[in-house]
Amino acid sequence: MSQQNSGQALSELGASIKAALGDDILSVDLKRGELAVTARRGAIIKVLTHLRDATDCAFEQLMDITAADYPDREERFEVVYILLSLKRNQRIKVKVATDEDTPVASAISVFSAANWYERETWDMYGVFFDGHPDLRRILTDYGFEGHPFRKDFPLTGYVEVRYDEDQKRVVYEPVKLTQDFRSFDFLSPWEGMTNVMLPGDEKANVDASKTGAKS
Amino acid sequence: MTAAATNAPASKTQIKPYAMNFGPQHPAAHGVLRLVMELNGEVVERCDPHIGLLHRGTEKLIEYKTYLQAIPYFDRLDYVSPMCMEHAFVLGIENLLGIKPPPRAQYIRVLFSEITRLLNHILSITTGAMDVGALTPGLWGFEEREIMMEFYERVCGARLHANYFRPGGVAFDMPAGLADDIWEFTETFPKFIEDCDRLLTENRIFKQRTVDIGVVTKEQALDWGFSGPMLRGSGVAWDLRKSQPYEVYDKMDFDVPIGLTGDCWARYLIRMEEMTQSLKIIRQCLKEMPEGPVRVQDRKLAAPPKAEMKRSMEALIHHFKLFTEGFHVPAGETYTAIEAPKGEFGVYLVADGTNKPYRCKIRPPGFAHLQGLDFMSRGHMLADAVANIASMDIVFGEIDR
Repeated sequence: MSQQNSGQALSELGASIKAALGDDILSVDLKRGELAVTARRGAIIKVLTHLRDATDCAFEQLMDITAADYPDREERFEVVYILLSLKRNQRIKVKVATDEDTPVASAISVFSAANWYERETWDMYGVFFDGHPDLRRILTDYGFEGHPFRKDFPLTGYVEVRYDEDQKRVVYEPVKLTQDFRSFDFLSPWEGMTNVMLPGDEKANVDASKTGAKS
Repeated sequence: MTAAATNAPASKTQIKPYAMNFGPQHPAAHGVLRLVMELNGEVVERCDPHIGLLHRGTEKLIEYKTYLQAIPYFDRLDYVSPMCMEHAFVLGIENLLGIKPPPRAQYIRVLFSEITRLLNHILSITTGAMDVGALTPGLWGFEEREIMMEFYERVCGARLHANYFRPGGVAFDMPAGLADDIWEFTETFPKFIEDCDRLLTENRIFKQRTVDIGVVTKEQALDWGFSGPMLRGSGVAWDLRKSQPYEVYDKMDFDVPIGLTGDCWARYLIRMEEMTQSLKIIRQCLKEMPEGPVRVQDRKLAAPPKAEMKRSMEALIHHFKLFTEGFHVPAGETYTAIEAPKGEFGVYLVADGTNKPYRCKIRPPGFAHLQGLDFMSRGHMLADAVANIASMDIVFGEIDR
């Protein structure tokens, strides 16, 4: 199925999902031939089950669960479920917003594959999945503290490891950088100034007709 | 009864299930995999893969790099098929930018994607054979891999970490003579497939170790998010190159092999046939490849040629801006997936309008596959778990990221 004719099918699909689930779907978004729906957090299991079982959806495969951190938002995390329908050759993203303290229901009962995906999301972002049978860390070290993919977690981390010859074991120490971490923003002065008001800029927007000046 | 029990031979005594560590340093673990297994005698009752020993935080690092600087990280994910990893990322960027590479670049990408598939499948099949006791294919396979890595080197300068696919095309055009040499290779390579086939396919020991081992049903494969040969081995006709064709795959004439039994042997057979089909695609690419530019002509996205840079001030400025600031990608998000040799490799990319990705989630196929090791190995012997790992085509660079 090519990108062109799938756009029509996807917008129909979005409408039908909205019609079937009503208030549980907060928004339907179709951009660049990719369909994304935002669901109410409490209804995620219902939404995923509907997407899997309804004949006009038939999303049999859960390809991934991930999250993104937006610290400015009231509910900072956006958990994203990426589903694939082999029967209809379509993809859909389901999004749910949450914060550090609010758990999201685990999707293992709907897709077995959710197990490790949720463990990874928990590990990296600290999003808690309610009802997960085995919510251990998965990618980080044994005994790791913190959730490294959060935007407020520094790239260099807090501890570094080395083998200590005296103690004959690996020891953890606070990170020592010989040089500060350098993150340049290469925004050019022209682009960097687009949102800045310089003294006198307010005059640029003054409407000529209201000043009373005669042309 | 009691008398009979005390006189029973040693083989009838009860063995308590015990836990055993497999790895993280084990040649059959295909990298740094630690398996905590509960065994009843030699039968696996439960196996819990501990992963993450190779975790480098690639996704976090990418958030701090410009789009161009992020490409080399993808070579280091699945280091057995580097160009395919780049491909997914580059397609994602192009999707957000709304550009398409020129036709010649598309052909080169498909050509090298398929060479990469050969590279990957050779390693997967031969090391898999080594895990179940056949040493020879491995020795032969590495020789063929060496030839193909030479093609890598000639086209981009590196044998492994290519950094060759760039947003809007590829880094360089193919050097003179490379197309002829690849064609020559496609004439000699079938001999390797034949030899490998004669050594393994009907080999009694190989079949003892792979037939009916690690059977995955169609429902299980879908439920556990399997893709690639793991999905096709279970009889699901699904290949992104056919169903959601990218680049010029829709013009390519090739078949997708489907397994019937869902066991390790079926997956082996699929990879063997995919090598033959890849050769077919490589030949078609070489035959049909048009002349022309290999990168988009937009200087805001693709660096000007070196010669032009030496003479034109504007080209020099473009070059400088591109390799310091990089280009800006309009805000938006995309999930772009390709059919990597191991399965569906996807990149979920969130751009915020700056020169760096806001979030880049990598969806490696092996992560989902390894998760299924537990149900695939239950009730099998310990040695069969090794055959299962081999047939999943596990590479830790992509699983641990």
